[in-house]
Amino acid sequence: MPEQTLAEAWGLVPAVLGIVAVGVVLGVVVAAVDRVVVFGASGAVVEPIRSSARLLAEQRRTTLAPDRLLWRIGCVAVPTLALLSLAVVPVAGRTLWSTSADLVWFNAMEALLWAAVWLVGWGPNAVHALTGGYRFLAQGLAYELPLMFALITAGLAAGSLRTTDVVAAQEALWLVVTMPVAFVVFVAGAAAFAFWGPFAAPAEADIAGGVTSELSGVDRLLVEAGRAVFLGASAAMAAALFLGGDSGPWLPGPLWHLLKTLAVVAALVWVGRRMPVLRPDRTVEVGWMVLVPLTLLQALVVAVLVLTGFYA
Amino acid sequence: MLSDLSGWAITAVAILGVLSVAAGVAVFVVDSMARATFALLASFLAVAGILLALDLVYLAVVTALMMTIEMAIMAVFMIMFMMNPAGLMPMTMVHNAKGSAAVGAGVFVLLAVGIWTIDWPTMNPVRPDDSTRQLGEAIMGSHMLVMLVIGIGLFATILAGTVLATARGRYDRLGPGLDAEHPDDPVPGGLRR
Repeated sequence: MPEQTLAEAWGLVPAVLGIVAVGVVLGVVVAAVDRVVVFGASGAVVEPIRSSARLLAEQRRTTLAPDRLLWRIGCVAVPTLALLSLAVVPVAGRTLWSTSADLVWFNAMEALLWAAVWLVGWGPNAVHALTGGYRFLAQGLAYELPLMFALITAGLAAGSLRTTDVVAAQEALWLVVTMPVAFVVFVAGAAAFAFWGPFAAPAEADIAGGVTSELSGVDRLLVEAGRAVFLGASAAMAAALFLGGDSGPWLPGPLWHLLKTLAVVAALVWVGRRMPVLRPDRTVEVGWMVLVPLTLLQALVVAVLVLTGFYA
Repeated sequence: MLSDLSGWAITAVAILGVLSVAAGVAVFVVDSMARATFALLASFLAVAGILLALDLVYLAVVTALMMTIEMAIMAVFMIMFMMNPAGLMPMTMVHNAKGSAAVGAGVFVLLAVGIWTIDWPTMNPVRPDDSTRQLGEAIMGSHMLVMLVIGIGLFATILAGTVLATARGRYDRLGPGLDAEHPDDPVPGGLRR
């Protein structure tokens, strides 16, 4: 049976506030690491906070005949979904809520992000934003299935879709050892869902910023913060699912999980910022001809290992 | 059966049920294809919420997952092929109003009669600890044949639909002798084959 959830251990309201705080901190960390990698160290931590404050104070500009309702829903949904995906990521060894389908929950939040980003592109009634929204959908077709297979592979090895069970299954051996492909695909898929790094085509300069082109003020803050929080949440999830979560010698468990999350963030940003942006029309063939067979093969290897009792 | 559920679960099911129907009505009221699509998504998400309140987490989450992807892709095609995508001109989602009203009323009566006349099982079966595991065992065990047949049927439908929809065949891609070095595609894939 599952151990206590964060909501049961701390009470519902403190636990939810705690997860939101963790999400915001993770977002600031991602933004700061990103700044260090791109511009060097000066003012790395202060800058995301300063620009957030500036965006909060900025007056919102609008476009001619926008679909305001859908636009606002999209902008609010991006950070909300990022925080909701954090609900099944273990913090201090417990998840905010624990179900028998945590991994599918995480994936569903990513899928909802699909719809939300398309709405952000659709809302302003502007051609560049809409092009960005369609690019995001087209890219999604490429990596959604490999990402699902990567998540399921981790659940397969643990014999459970519950995040804490997957973490518990790694006491002897980190799952990344037997499923490196799933780990890489998961991290890359997370970057793609945040349309970040080499997957930033939906918000790229060739379409004047794409989905983000017409965003201003608090809307821009929400979407950019949502992307950063989602990257941070995915890094924490990757550390929990593939890098043993809070297992490690000497230091307390939560600190290990934090260190691993920071390592994943640093590696993700360092590698991602050094790669060219992929053209969205070229991602689907790679996704379906290379990544889908690779992740299926990875799942097969893990399934055979499960049958031989390797993970037991 | 309802007595098993806590008070808040029954309240949640009722509210989400009303929300789901209201969002379903909104599909036919709004005058923009994007709004109609997302009203439909809202309706499905409310149904997913009902499943969640009934403690069927896997079914709830998978409903949300599948319906979101489906609606996101459907939005693209609806806006591409249907009239008046953005609501700049009057439009209606209702076609053949009289016929569809008759069909709708008929189906409603049929379902309502069915719900109230069927002799539902009254004995309380033991609820499983883990409904996800129970579902997995049913799909991979006693209901595997059904799932396989449905899966292959859906897959064949998708392939047939694509074949019927695309104007290009293998001779367009690889030449009359099917011996071209590289396929001639309007959009080159990412693998440079």
